[in-house]
Amino acid sequence: MIFENPITPDTLQHVAAAVADSAQKMISHEASGHGEKFNFQHLLDHVKDSRTIELPGFHIELPQLPPVHLGSFVLDLSPTKHVLFLLLCALLLILGAISASRAYRKTFVPHGFVNLIEMLVVFIRDEVVLPNMGPGGIKYMPYLLTTFFYILFMNLIGLVPYGATPTGNIMVTAGLATVAFFMIQISAIRSQGLKNYLMHLTGGVHWGLWIIMIPIEILGLFTKPFALCIRLFANMSAGHIVILSLIGLIFMFQSIAVAPVSVLFALFINMLELFVAVLQAYIFTMLTAVFMGFGVQAAHESHEGNH
Amino acid sequence: MGINAIAHLAAGLGAGLIILGASYGIGKLAAATMEASGRQPEVAPQVRTAMIISAALIEGVTFFALVICMVLAIKS
Repeated sequence: MIFENPITPDTLQHVAAAVADSAQKMISHEASGHGEKFNFQHLLDHVKDSRTIELPGFHIELPQLPPVHLGSFVLDLSPTKHVLFLLLCALLLILGAISASRAYRKTFVPHGFVNLIEMLVVFIRDEVVLPNMGPGGIKYMPYLLTTFFYILFMNLIGLVPYGATPTGNIMVTAGLATVAFFMIQISAIRSQGLKNYLMHLTGGVHWGLWIIMIPIEILGLFTKPFALCIRLFANMSAGHIVILSLIGLIFMFQSIAVAPVSVLFALFINMLELFVAVLQAYIFTMLTAVFMGFGVQAAHESHEGNH
Repeated sequence: MGINAIAHLAAGLGAGLIILGASYGIGKLAAATMEASGRQPEVAPQVRTAMIISAALIEGVTFFALVICMVLAIKS
């Protein structure tokens, strides 16, 4: 159910109905044993994508656009909650970056919030990009900084009340990992040249073994971004499921006495989630830089070997 | 036992085994870090950075297995 995410209109209608239903139940629940039994699915509906946005006091039903036909391929491009939060984070990122760069018009040393952004950017440059990719990595800094700040914003916006975590959706992290895959191959081809890059795919064995070596190497190209995707997705969604389960204990036992313990644990897990959000953004960026650095360093080795 | 019961049982047992493996690995990592920091306090920040990175990588593998457990637990 996580991996096959069929975006068909009736599935999402069903999910939206379940979300509205569970929201109603949670808001008007009386601890007196009536209503249905506590169901894990109700919990998951708060983590999954949905067609309604919940704000304090009311729902917003998102419109359903007509499906787009590309030949036999049918696309349903209607906005959902995660899509809206993706766009919101992108907007925040653009506004933040523009206002941060404006602060540099007057002075070299900015004050206030821009100082913090500068600290993070210098940290990425000095600890992540330069050690792994060398001086040639500076031209890939825009992509790596975008990755870091975008994933950071997306992870953090899930922790505010009424916020959703787009990175808790496997399709979003798969998209990020796909872009990372393309950037890794592009940086390897640009620094090594296409012929050298294809030669590295054979692994330097005798040509008789190429028939088994090349499929294994090509598979190896795909496992690294796949690991990035799953790591980010599982970290984000598992954290939210744990928090929701701890609060859901109150509804499961249907007694108020569980509440202090439950809320205390949930508070602790929320603190851990903050740390994990920042850490996972850093890990994604750093691993992308490391994988790009493999390609760049292979170019240096072959250059040294020829001289 | 129905198929759903076995799936849920497998998810629970799997989660327990996963946490065994992951916490053992990360515990050894933390022990090595503390020993190294005690021996040579001036390299403690670099050792700590390497520890965080290795712990995140091990947890990444943990979450592969955890996702399989989640798929089993959601099965209905």
